[in-house]
Amino acid sequence: MVKNFRVTLPVDNPASAKLEKAQGRARLVCAGDWTVSELTDLDEQLSALDLKSVRDLEIDASGITSLDSGGAWLLLRTKRLVDKAGAKATLTLPEKYHPLLETMDSGHTAPPVTHPPYVGFRGLLERTGEGTVHALRQGYDLLGFLGRVAVETVEAALAPRRELPWAAFVHQIEETGLTALPIVGLLAFLLGIVITYQGADQLARFGAQIYTIDFLGIGFLRELGGLVTAIIIAGRSGSAFTAQIGTMQVNEELDAMQTIGLNIAETLVLPRVLGLVVALPILTLFADVVGIIGGMVMTYFDLGVTIPAFMRELGNAITVKTLMVGLIKAPVFAFMIALVGCFEGMRVERNAASVGKLTTRSVVESIFLIIAADAGFSVLFSVLGI
Amino acid sequence: MSSAGTKAQKDAALRAGKKDDVVIRVRGLVNGFGDKIIHDHIDLDVKRGEVLGVVGGSGTGKSVLLRSIVGLNRPLSGSIKVFGQETVGLAPDEMRGLQLHWGVLFQEGALFSSMTVAQNIQVPMRRWTNMPQSLMDELAAMKLSLVGLPEDAARKFPSELSGGMKKRAGLARALSLDPELLFLDEPTAGLDPISAAQFDQLVGDLQKSLGLTVFMVTHDIDTLRATTDRIAVLVNKKIKVGTIKELLQDKDPWIHEYFAGPRGRAALGG
Repeated sequence: MVKNFRVTLPVDNPASAKLEKAQGRARLVCAGDWTVSELTDLDEQLSALDLKSVRDLEIDASGITSLDSGGAWLLLRTKRLVDKAGAKATLTLPEKYHPLLETMDSGHTAPPVTHPPYVGFRGLLERTGEGTVHALRQGYDLLGFLGRVAVETVEAALAPRRELPWAAFVHQIEETGLTALPIVGLLAFLLGIVITYQGADQLARFGAQIYTIDFLGIGFLRELGGLVTAIIIAGRSGSAFTAQIGTMQVNEELDAMQTIGLNIAETLVLPRVLGLVVALPILTLFADVVGIIGGMVMTYFDLGVTIPAFMRELGNAITVKTLMVGLIKAPVFAFMIALVGCFEGMRVERNAASVGKLTTRSVVESIFLIIAADAGFSVLFSVLGI
Repeated sequence: MSSAGTKAQKDAALRAGKKDDVVIRVRGLVNGFGDKIIHDHIDLDVKRGEVLGVVGGSGTGKSVLLRSIVGLNRPLSGSIKVFGQETVGLAPDEMRGLQLHWGVLFQEGALFSSMTVAQNIQVPMRRWTNMPQSLMDELAAMKLSLVGLPEDAARKFPSELSGGMKKRAGLARALSLDPELLFLDEPTAGLDPISAAQFDQLVGDLQKSLGLTVFMVTHDIDTLRATTDRIAVLVNKKIKVGTIKELLQDKDPWIHEYFAGPRGRAALGG
């Protein structure tokens, strides 16, 4: 009884099951309330009974004062166990519980459910295989999606009479570009300060503080500005794409669009991809400018470099090419973020957990792809000697 | 001052209440949103062991009435007693002692989508009992067969089930702790006529074998005819209760149209 602390309502008559053995015949006397609050104890008592040696079992349940389907199952289970062992079991029960037991006996023939456990070496092997196949299939599907979007884009470009979703396109530029300006600006500014501070500290050892400006200009324009902006946007807009399209998927909106004859790639994916491809380079340029300003403020206070002197040094250090090398990567990053975001959104299944899971996956995948692509660009540029 | 009593007193009151012949006693219930009054001082008794159908036009507050009784909606005034316990104005944690004695089937099943069907059925067991996993697995399989679902449904996720199967699984979860009182919100809406008829049969069978009291919101006049003992009609912010025969004689235009209109006549065979 002590163990049953969770069910708050005590029963009127505590349930009991007693086994009486006499000359090879056994009698199981059941009494009390066989209801949900007593099931745990009853299950324990019944499981502990030694019914193996019993040839004839008489289950006398006429003393039961209250019975629910759980209690009825325990009676039925005991009877079946004995029957299965080749012995004979009889069950006597008050008249009023006969319909319940009949319903259950006729309907329920299945053995208890067992969940196949994932344990041991075989389980590990199975999961590894499943994961590998899943990852490969994911890459294959993404490639297919890329092809579909590419074909749609070319078609849209070649058929100028076709109505392009201009409003959606402009809306996406606003949503992913304009509204991201404050956060991108703030983070770029802070990053400019951090780099200048760290750079000046290290270069001071060689008495070469003035090269902090070269370090800042080249580092920010070529690499950091674009990378940081792309990562912020992957977290901000890539996740939004997945969640938006995913929620539409849950709501059957995508199915509805298909039946109306709307092209999903054209109405949902294309505006997002193109919008971000336009917005991200602009954001990157903005981040570059604000980051340099952050560095300028820091050099002024930390090193005492005046603004004209800063400008002169910066002009010596960087060229238009430096800026372009950074900016050329932005559309590629944008394309990957938008593509992955939309792709994962369309893979959402119709349940609540799926949207969250795929949104996370979308952000992780796009950040991975951004950094991998950036590494690729570095190799390419060094081979080309840029 | 019922909330001031000790736990033992409350248990005793609940046990006494459970032997009462009236399971749900609604008195002077007023519900509304903003300026709009939906229920204007309605009274309703649900008797032990009966199946009560609740009907009414769209927006007459059928679901609101159900939600008020199970404590999901706070009425403006009035009293609702379930098993003799006042539920209006009760804090959620005071409600918990009652929740174990009723089961609710929501319109779309409201199964937890991140769990398998078997795990869904075991949620109330985990919350309220300390049964071992083996027993919970057995009971879940048993409930599934009670509601007529195949054995392999236990391991499926709700997204893999059809609409009718979701409702059956939802019913199995509602029956998880063998409650005496069952609330059904539009149990046959969205089912094809054959599935709907099977569901009616199922509710009727379970009601008889488990001795349930059923409070059922429905639009389906076939369901009303097949399963209910009495019908409560929500009309003009009031409620009228009677058997189909009694309601057929009613002078109210909506009730007349409902039961004696073309669909009603077809279903009632008149």
